[in-house]
This record gives sequence, C-alpha cells and structure tokens, in this order.
Amino acid sequence: MGLYILRRLGFIFLTLFLASVIIFIVTQFLPGDVARIILGQFATEAAIDNLREELGLNQPAYRQYLNWAGGFIRGDWGDSLVSRMPVRPIVMQRLGNSIMLAGLALCIYVPLGIVLGVIAALKQNKLPDQLISGISMAFVGLPEFVSGLLLITFLAIGAGWFPANSSIDPDAKFFESLPYLILPAVTVSLTGLGYVARMTRSGTIDVLGSDYTRAAELKGLPGRQVLVRHVLRNSLLPTVTIVAMGIGWLLGGLIVTEAVYGYPGLGRLLVYGIQRQDLPIIQAASMIVVAAYSFSNLAADIIYGLLNPRIRVGG
Amino acid sequence: MQKQPQENSENRMAIKKFFRRLRSNPTIFIGFMIVLIFLFIAAFGPFLAPYPYTQQNLSERLQPPSDDNIFGTDQFGRDIYSRILVGSRDVLVVAGSGTVLAVFFGLLLGLFSGYRGGYFDEVVMRVMDVILSIPPLLLAMVILFSLGPSRVNVIIVVGFLYIPMVARVVRSVVLDLKTRQYVEAARLRGETSAYILYKEILPNVLPHLAVESSMRFSYSIFLVASLGFLGLGVQPPSPDWGLMVGESRTWFHQARWVLFFPAGAIAILVVGVGFMSDGLRRMLLPGGVSDG
Repeated sequence: MGLYILRRLGFIFLTLFLASVIIFIVTQFLPGDVARIILGQFATEAAIDNLREELGLNQPAYRQYLNWAGGFIRGDWGDSLVSRMPVRPIVMQRLGNSIMLAGLALCIYVPLGIVLGVIAALKQNKLPDQLISGISMAFVGLPEFVSGLLLITFLAIGAGWFPANSSIDPDAKFFESLPYLILPAVTVSLTGLGYVARMTRSGTIDVLGSDYTRAAELKGLPGRQVLVRHVLRNSLLPTVTIVAMGIGWLLGGLIVTEAVYGYPGLGRLLVYGIQRQDLPIIQAASMIVVAAYSFSNLAADIIYGLLNPRIRVGG
Repeated sequence: MQKQPQENSENRMAIKKFFRRLRSNPTIFIGFMIVLIFLFIAAFGPFLAPYPYTQQNLSERLQPPSDDNIFGTDQFGRDIYSRILVGSRDVLVVAGSGTVLAVFFGLLLGLFSGYRGGYFDEVVMRVMDVILSIPPLLLAMVILFSLGPSRVNVIIVVGFLYIPMVARVVRSVVLDLKTRQYVEAARLRGETSAYILYKEILPNVLPHLAVESSMRFSYSIFLVASLGFLGLGVQPPSPDWGLMVGESRTWFHQARWVLFFPAGAIAILVVGVGFMSDGLRRMLLPGGVSDG
C-alpha cells in the first residue's frame, strides 16, 4: 500500500506540472499581448512597456514559465493587478471558504444519497424506486444556477427562511456564516445527491443478486444484518469512487453556485479575476483548483484501496 | 455481399424493437419527446416568434405575462417568449456543434490509439489524462478568457474539452473488440488496418458511441448554459438561455418571469436529454454497466 501511494503521489506531481504548463500557456500566451489586453486599447505605449517589464513578458517563454512556477512553489504568487495586494493570502482565504461550503455539501448529499439509493434498490422497480430514480435523474441534469435561483426565489424571497445573498465577510467564521451557507450547500448537493443515489442503487442491486448475499440469507441471518454486514460493505464501493470522481464536478458546481449567491469562495474569485483580467489571480486560483482536484482523487483512490484490497495491485 | 438482405431485415427488427422499448418505458419516452419538441422549436422557432428578439420597447419594461407577451418582457421590454424561441436554436447549435467536434476527434483518437497500441497509445492517453486532470468548467473559463468569449470559441472549447472522454470510451471498446476472433480472422485474411477499423470495429463501436454522444450532448448544454450564466460564453444581445438567466438576476426580485421562463427552458431541455441518453444506454447496451 505504501508503494502504491508513493507511485500515485509521483504521478500527481507529474500531472500538476503538466497542468501548470497548460494553464500557463493558455493564460499567458494564447491571448496575444497580455499587457495590452490588461490595460485596454487606449493605454499609452509607455504604460504597456512598463507592465510588460513588470510581468516579465519580454523574456523567452521558458524563462517566463520557470519564473512563474518557481515563484509559485516558493510561495510568491505575485500581486493582484487590480488591488495590488499579494495574491496568496486572498486565494488561501477563499480556498478556506470554498472548503467550508464543499464540506457542508458533502455532509448533506453523501449520507442522504446513500440512504435514498439503498431504499430504491430494496424496492427495485416499485413506486419508491421509480420516484427516487426519476427525481435523482432530474437533479443530476439541473444546472446549479437554475436550481440555485429557484431556491432563492422560493425559500429566500418567497418564504424568507434564508438570506438570498451569501456575500458575507470573507473572514467570517463557520458558525457566523452557517445561515448563509445552507442554501448554497443545498444547491450544490442536489446534483451530487442524484449521482450518489444512482450509484448506490445500482451497486446495491448488483450485490443483492450475488451468491454471498443469498448464502447469508439462506443460513438464516436476520435481514438487517445481511444488509449491513454483507450488502452495504460491498455495494458502497462504487459510491466511494463516484463521490471522489465527483469532486471535479463539485468544484465546477462550486464556481457556479458561488457566483449565484455571491459567496466569497475560490470560484467567485476566479470569475472576478477573469472579468477584471487579473492574471496572477486567475493563474493562482486555477492551480489551487487543479491541485485540490488531484489530491482529492488521490485520497479517494487510497480510501478505495483500503476498503477493497482486491484492486490494490491494479493501481 | 450475400449478407445484405438478411442484414436489412435484422435492421428492421432492431428498429421495431427500439420503438417497442421506447413505448414501454415512460421516462425514456418523455426524454425523446422533449428532445423532439426542442428540435422542432429550434428548426421553426425563429419563424414562430411574434417579435424580433432584439426589439426593445422601453415603455413596456418588465411587464408580467399577458396576451401580447405570453412570457412577459425583460429589462429592455423585449418579448421573452420570442427570445426563448430564437435562443433554442442557439443552445442546440452551440452545444450540438461542440458535441459533434468532440465525438469526431474523440472517435478518431480512440480508434487509432486503441487499435495501434504501443507508444502512440501511451502518449495520446497521457495527454488525455492531463486534460482530464483540470476540471472542465475551469479549463473552459480559462481558455475563453484567452480566446475571448464568442459563439465560435464556445463551440471550440466544448469540442476540445470533451475529446478525452469520448476517446477513452472508444479506446476501451476497441481494446476489447481487438481480441475478438472476427478481427483476428480479418487480419489473417490480409485485410488492411483501415478496412478492419472501418468494417469490423467501427460498427461495433457505434452503440457505445451513440450513448456517449448523447451524454456528452447533455453535458455540453449544461456547460454552455453555465458559461453563458457566468457571462463568459455567448455575449449579449444573444438570446442564449444561460445568459438570459444571468441577466435576470438583477431583476427577478421584482419580475420573476424574467428568471422562470429561460431557467425552465434550460431545466426541461437538460432533463429531457438526460432521460434520452439514459434510455439510449439501456436500449443499446443492455448488458453493459447499468450506470456511470
């Protein structure tokens, strides 16, 4: 297992390196003259030259990359072009807020999805199953900005139970921000709920039809014990994978959801950065998102390996 | 060549079976119906629209649904119903073209990569892994930041982003098919690789490709709408539904219809395509994995 984790870690660093090259190329070279784009077409030549100098745009491409990547590893992520503040504290603060939101969402949709999925599997093709499967399929497809705005209309503006806007102070602590977190977390959860419920359902149905489940039933174990000890232990494996693979989608969902609610997380920072053409912010936020994505995939693989010794060799 | 007539009747049988299954499952049926209706609207909507979609009428701003404007009017007094009708073509064309691009290049890469194997396969698949290591929405946002937001660029980005997913699916099917005896037989007969790929492998990839394409299509609609909502995709005054929802945020406290109709259109379309792709999977790949 140790060797497996080590190999995966090596692979992650390779991936992060290549992803950083892609992000760097896309943000710094594709747009053409970055300095002119940032300053707009009415800027003076002198101002553009200054900015070019400041960003190091006069150097050859590989040096630019090395400077940027080296600075990034050392913790020097540059200054925001708009606010002139160092980028790193801003990004880290927003990352914390996003993790808070994502964590709350995971706490909602994973357990709920598993329960619904198991119910659907036990009542396969009966009314509860058809209801759960149909609704979860609809939830999976619903974009976060549609469900989010509908939730705001009904629960915030209509019923007045929750604040309609979550643009809280970025430094707020968890319990202060909790009321503002609930609607965004529910929004993110809807899609995830559908995924988890569907995976759990199909995993559980497979296991219910297996020989060892039959054997456990035939030797006279009580139903609940069969379910917990024999069925769930195996049927939740695909769910672990889907929760892990869902992290990438969760990050995408966070970007949109944070925009809907104005929640000060990494996603909104990224959208702001793009709208204001704040290159250092875009680059740093993108790298953090990619890193978070890679490491949560690694964590998922490790958990999966611990739960299921059969696949460890294959890694 | 002699197999032709038999193949024909087999096809007809398959089509009949397809329609019988279509009727037997309500969700699949609903999915197909929704997609058909939207295709109809996309084809004829612009002719059915009562007003030009850019026609402003500032004295009639934010009017609730009425006989003149059955979905009400937006912040510029434009008819929301007309904008949604015209916008349906936008959504389907942008998401559809993106999907076609992704499926075409993904199919080519997957076929060759899987069939040839070796070094080529290794390189292609590692490149795909790297692209997949960046969350799609993030990559789309960053690329659109560089290329500038426009309809063509959104199509290119969607097409590019989903190539790896399609290529992976195709490759895994090809890897399985490659070891079958009929492929082996064709190789021993001395057929060229191109012939084997086109005549022996491609037909058996198609069901998987159809399911994957329909799934990609639903994700594309999702992605295009999200980009529009964030203001990073198609730009105003285009009647893109995502963009309409994004713009509605300033007004929907006082005029809910500005939000409800475009949001509802997106929701119905995405759910319909989702039902359809789920149905296609169950019909075309009955033995395959039931989910995922």
